[in-house]
Amino acid sequence: MSSEAIAQTAPAQPALALRLIVAAVIVALLIALPFIGKALGLESFTGLATQVLIYAIAAMSLNLILGYGGMVSFGHAAFFGVGGYAAGILYFHFADKSDFLGFIPGSNALLIALPVAMLVSGIMAAIIGAFSLRTGGVQFIMITLAFAQMLFFLFVSLQTYGGDDGLIMRRRQILPYLDTRDGTTFYYIALAMLAAWFVLTFCIVRSRFGFVLNGMRQNEARMAAMGYAPYPYKLVAFIIAGMGAGLAGALMANYLRFASPDMLHWTKSGELMMMVILGGAGTLFGPLLGATALVLLESFLTAYTENWQLPLGIILLVIVLFSHGGLSALIRRFMPGKP
Amino acid sequence: MTTPLLDVQGLCKRFGGLTATDTVDLALPEGELHALIGPNGAGKTTLINQLVGSLEHDSGSIRLDGAEIGHLPVWQRVHRGLARTFQITQLLPDFTPLDTVMLAVQARHGHSFRFFGNARNDRKIRDEAMQHLDQIGLGARANARVGDLAQGERKQLELAAALAEKPRLLLLDEPMAGLGSAESQQMIGQLAALKGKITMLIVEHDMEAVFTLADRVSVLVYGKIIARGSVDDIKSNEDVKVAYLGEGDV
Repeated sequence: MSSEAIAQTAPAQPALALRLIVAAVIVALLIALPFIGKALGLESFTGLATQVLIYAIAAMSLNLILGYGGMVSFGHAAFFGVGGYAAGILYFHFADKSDFLGFIPGSNALLIALPVAMLVSGIMAAIIGAFSLRTGGVQFIMITLAFAQMLFFLFVSLQTYGGDDGLIMRRRQILPYLDTRDGTTFYYIALAMLAAWFVLTFCIVRSRFGFVLNGMRQNEARMAAMGYAPYPYKLVAFIIAGMGAGLAGALMANYLRFASPDMLHWTKSGELMMMVILGGAGTLFGPLLGATALVLLESFLTAYTENWQLPLGIILLVIVLFSHGGLSALIRRFMPGKP
Repeated sequence: MTTPLLDVQGLCKRFGGLTATDTVDLALPEGELHALIGPNGAGKTTLINQLVGSLEHDSGSIRLDGAEIGHLPVWQRVHRGLARTFQITQLLPDFTPLDTVMLAVQARHGHSFRFFGNARNDRKIRDEAMQHLDQIGLGARANARVGDLAQGERKQLELAAALAEKPRLLLLDEPMAGLGSAESQQMIGQLAALKGKITMLIVEHDMEAVFTLADRVSVLVYGKIIARGSVDDIKSNEDVKVAYLGEGDV
């Protein structure tokens, strides 16, 4: 009976406690990081960490569709870039004292820019998803890539917003009571956004919706035979993922004070995919681990050699080949109580 | 005369020059266990796929309880009370049997666009899923990984998931295929227990199972029904013998 089923999950309690401890250590470390950086005299540390957190949000959003939903989207940078440009364009019109399309005023408030970026990216994801999710497999990969490249060239050709030079923001957008120009403050803003997106992802993947989404990844024919229409579930997941990338893009544009077509380039989509796969697709902490590893490796290797992509490629290859599920699988192997 | 639960008329399906389903008529009154037999390549699975909607038919009609369902997608037919099992098991390898059956129960409880609350902790759905697993004899394996299940257990899980949909009509595509003789006997016992409660159309090569279970039998050869009747009628039918044993000298 059902009591048996519950009894079988009971021995997992110590492992759960350990996982909570590990999670608590990670959270404490993330909170203390700017102070650790200052104590060690590494001035650039906080900035690097901020980039890691922002990329982690984007990777986490991609992980929802790629890792949990099994949708290999090769155009996720499109939503990252659209979010970045949404923030940048709002700032541009604020500084220019003009209106977007002649009737939408600009803004320098982060509390407006972030939701607007998420909304615009979400709408973009709804449009791209509505078309691309009618296909599957390789076609899906190619169509998402094609849409992202179309948007890339759109922003390259928009001379008003800097064309291929990108759009410079003179200052970061502002928040009440907080100084966004301060690096440490902005780090905590990014951390708060990451925490919020993490909690949202955590809720989604264990909810009824996430349960169905996970089933879709494993076998669509089975899910259809149980009465689930694949399309609406996948589309909603795709839109949520697009909104997450939009949030990350708006944060990145503010952090760099710069939005450029590079944010939408297909290599950026590839980087986000690499973060997810390197960290562990379909795991909660995987994207954060992957983003950390990739950003740190990149900045570490560029200090040594101009041809940093070669050693980076080799390291990624080794980790992905031998870890069977990325960094989070590697870590899990050293934790007791988990298969 | 009461309307049959499943009423198929003039169903046709062509693949290029091959007629896979050739004006098939099939009527199942409520409660009947109907067996569909025929040699390999006769178009049995093709027919099942058209009934459930994973394959579009060229012409003809499919009615469930008097309502045309021939052009509905798979998932909508499921909500009308049509469930199936697959010849080659289609399961969710990373989930447990309990997860699988819970998803089947959850599908009956309206839409699943709920983003908060732990789906696996839903007591009502969990208990109901557990009942279906116990009924089919998989209760002890409820928390195993589906990918680790033996072939017989997978076939049982297919049946448990189908039953969790509370279907009015159950289409079973070779439920005994790949089972050992003890497992087959167990499956026959389970289907016999369901007989009369759920209307069933069963495709099967195991003649012992067919002759034990079926109320009526239809014989499909090259997409055409060549004979239909009671088990005894079919056993003594000359056309069926020829179709199965080959024409002329054997």
